[in-house]
Amino acid sequence: MEPIDINKVQTELERFLNKDVYVHLETTNGAYASHFDEKAYNVGAFIRNAKVNYNHAKIVGSGNAFRVGLKLDLGWVYAEGVSQYEVDEKNRLLMAGHDREGRLMVALEISETPFKN
Amino acid sequence: MEKHVVLIYPHPDDEAFGASGTIAKFRNEGVPVTYLCGTLGEMGRNMGNPTFANRETLPEIRKKELIDACNVLDVDLHMLGYRDKTLEFESRQEIAEHLKGILEEIKPSLVITHHPEQAVHPDHNALGAAAVEAVRLIDESERPKLWVQAISQNHVEVLGDPDIVLDITPFFKTKMDTILAHRSQAQGVLGSMDKEKVDMEEIAKHRLGTERFYTWNF
Ligand SMILES: [Zn+2]
Repeated sequence: MEPIDINKVQTELERFLNKDVYVHLETTNGAYASHFDEKAYNVGAFIRNAKVNYNHAKIVGSGNAFRVGLKLDLGWVYAEGVSQYEVDEKNRLLMAGHDREGRLMVALEISETPFKN
Repeated sequence: MEKHVVLIYPHPDDEAFGASGTIAKFRNEGVPVTYLCGTLGEMGRNMGNPTFANRETLPEIRKKELIDACNVLDVDLHMLGYRDKTLEFESRQEIAEHLKGILEEIKPSLVITHHPEQAVHPDHNALGAAAVEAVRLIDESERPKLWVQAISQNHVEVLGDPDIVLDITPFFKTKMDTILAHRSQAQGVLGSMDKEKVDMEEIAKHRLGTERFYTWNF
């Protein structure tokens, strides 16, 4: 992955406009958060292979804090804190944000074919 | 001497941090060891530091690391094919039957797994519970011994002191090599164990010089 270039990612997001696409959306602070720090809370959510069709998409932000919004007929897909991206060999758009130690905190991925289950 | 030891843990690297000294000790005695690894750690947070994996490449990377680690330990590997973070939602009975089928083929004298309630990660507890059930389902005349590993901060308060405490310092190099075979995970995991220290080997020796288990009584 490489640091997000806002113009390039905007173009990539628009590549999937008005198509049925599969989304992986995830946020996590890990299963060990409250194990290593009793004051911490374990929080996480993921949805894998949600099939959506968005008609508008935008990436906003700067530095290492970008937000992405995908507008659906009946709602939104939203991710905050992505800072790196990659278009992989399957032409999927992968975006993620990591902490200082390289641990994933948030991921938003878009593909025209389902992600491996 | 044990006849055959089977290790049942959900994630690639659980064997390294939890039991690689014990495994090395058994292998040194010539005891065959088989690792039944539940998932590929697909949902792990550690992507290497600096990051070299992403959510989609992580499973294959961790699979390779797992194979490398099992080569370091010289153990047979059997991947069970479940998905990281989902074990607690699967039918415990189905997983137990799956494990029982494998155990009946291997006929181990000892099974090692996580404690069903004191192993912190939901996957650890869930697979531990299924493994305990699998061993329970085996006819008493054939039933292997069972050791369970507890890793919660307060497990000694809840369970008392573990009865199996192995000093694994003679096998520490193998343990370290096994941990380091999990290249995408080693630094992140060791780093979160001890934020004061930077040297991975120092952290590991301080934290991982003994391996402890509780004998499970049915
Ligand atoms: Zn684990």
